[in-house]
Amino acid sequence: MTPRPAIDPPRWLHLALGGLALLVGLLLLGLPLAAVFTEALRRGWEVASAAIAEPDTLAAIRLTLLVAAIAVPLNTIGGLAAAWCIAKHEFPGRRLLTALIELPFSVSPVIAGLVFVLIFGMQGWLGPSLREHGIQVVFALPGLVLATLFVTFPFVARTVLPLMQEQGRAEEEAAATLGATGWQSFRRVTLPNVKWALLSGVLLCNARAMGEFGAVSVVSGHIRGQTNTMPLHVEILYNEYQFAAAFAVAALLALLGLVTLAAKAVLQRLTGRATGPAP
Amino acid sequence: MSAALALAAPRRVRAIPGFGLAFGITLAWLSVIVLVPLAALAIRPWELGPLGVWDSLTEPRVLASLRLSFGAALLAAAIDLPLGLLLAWAIVRLRFPGRALLDAAIDLPFALPTAVAGIALTAILAPNGWLGAPLAAAFGWKVAFTPWGVVAALVFVGLPFVTRTVEPVLRDLGAEAEEAAATLGATRPQVLARVVLPALLPALLSGFGLAFARAVGEYGSVIFIAGNMPMVSEIAPLLIVVRLEQFDYAGAAAIGLAMLLLSFPVLLALNLWQRALRRGRA
Repeated sequence: MTPRPAIDPPRWLHLALGGLALLVGLLLLGLPLAAVFTEALRRGWEVASAAIAEPDTLAAIRLTLLVAAIAVPLNTIGGLAAAWCIAKHEFPGRRLLTALIELPFSVSPVIAGLVFVLIFGMQGWLGPSLREHGIQVVFALPGLVLATLFVTFPFVARTVLPLMQEQGRAEEEAAATLGATGWQSFRRVTLPNVKWALLSGVLLCNARAMGEFGAVSVVSGHIRGQTNTMPLHVEILYNEYQFAAAFAVAALLALLGLVTLAAKAVLQRLTGRATGPAP
Repeated sequence: MSAALALAAPRRVRAIPGFGLAFGITLAWLSVIVLVPLAALAIRPWELGPLGVWDSLTEPRVLASLRLSFGAALLAAAIDLPLGLLLAWAIVRLRFPGRALLDAAIDLPFALPTAVAGIALTAILAPNGWLGAPLAAAFGWKVAFTPWGVVAALVFVGLPFVTRTVEPVLRDLGAEAEEAAATLGATRPQVLARVVLPALLPALLSGFGLAFARAVGEYGSVIFIAGNMPMVSEIAPLLIVVRLEQFDYAGAAAIGLAMLLLSFPVLLALNLWQRALRRGRA
């Protein structure tokens, strides 16, 4: 806003605005983070670590890791395929496809869970007949995975696509002239060119998959030790007024977020480009 | 699926082989995870019949929740505009110790799971919290467990959208245009009003739209701080959950569909405004 030296802004204004920015950053961003760790340790390390070592919490951690381990690779494959189609090929409807891939970002997480209940729930389209065959989707692992797939759907495609488009098609076309199959040119040419952006997209996808609350809350059924992921466990502990335990689990999730942020910053340095805003 | 694969079959020789398979995977992935589920959302409300949908949506409790969700989202996105702009300006134009840290911290609301943000903001703004206690003592303000708590949570989750959309434009803008304007005799407020803000307006609008879209549907960070009192501080996504718990699938789907349809005109208007601005400047 304030121009640089040429029309030198008054120094006090510069300082005041800078101070204001720092204050906003501190109040809005620093304070919540500090609150998580302070509340987690309010009653000491022992209480916090005991809360995490509790069997229900460990089950929640395991489930969260499992859901992410299934959802993230699936969305990585889908996202790469979509980005590769859009960036490296001509076909009608490319812009529509790009818009459709971004669609889940503008849909409420609760709606992301709701749609799978509408299909697989007790009164869903497929729910009753699947139940007859002993398959349960909602209130079980498959539902958690589907809801997570929906909310993390755009991350990989969205981080990789701009880079693929920027790099153009010349290298892949050269590979094709030399007789490379589609898979060979993807694996030897396209993939190495976007590896850092891909890693960044996978990390963001993973952070959201592990931290997702609204969508999984709708399909989970909140069965302790069985369908409770870490964020849902935070809610249960919090509603039972076990604040120290709730904040201890929340602190673990916050650490995951901080590690993701740090990794993203390192990857940005490595590639010298921003990987774009990713909610 | 068969229609999708038929579409994918190449009609002419392509420069890069392998399109069919990749396009097949893409369409299958998109259909199974996004399109078919959203079709269920579009279809199931009508089990109630058009009148039933209308009645289900015009219940006072539903109307109040939609008003709160949309009103708080618009207000929060509007508050995010100056705050996000200030932060973007600070990391682009200022050099101060800790700038890199501030830059990284701006993405925090993206990276922090919403439930974590929710309980953290509640702890801060609760009547006995770090900020809640002084605010209550000094002004008698109550933030947590009121609609203002909803707004506070939405300001937090929406902030990075504004900063991250404005930041690249501000970076590209450089100081040249401002210097040129100054050379031609423009005063500082003139430079700001005629050069800087018009150049940033499209990015600000798009950041506003992103923050708004996120805020309307936000759930995890809001439900802890809102207090969730029907008619007062109950957001629309929570009402979807309530209806699902009562096995009112069609009624839940009706609220979901209404939320999507109501946010569409807002986003469309922002998009058209942005286009008009681009055309005007081109």
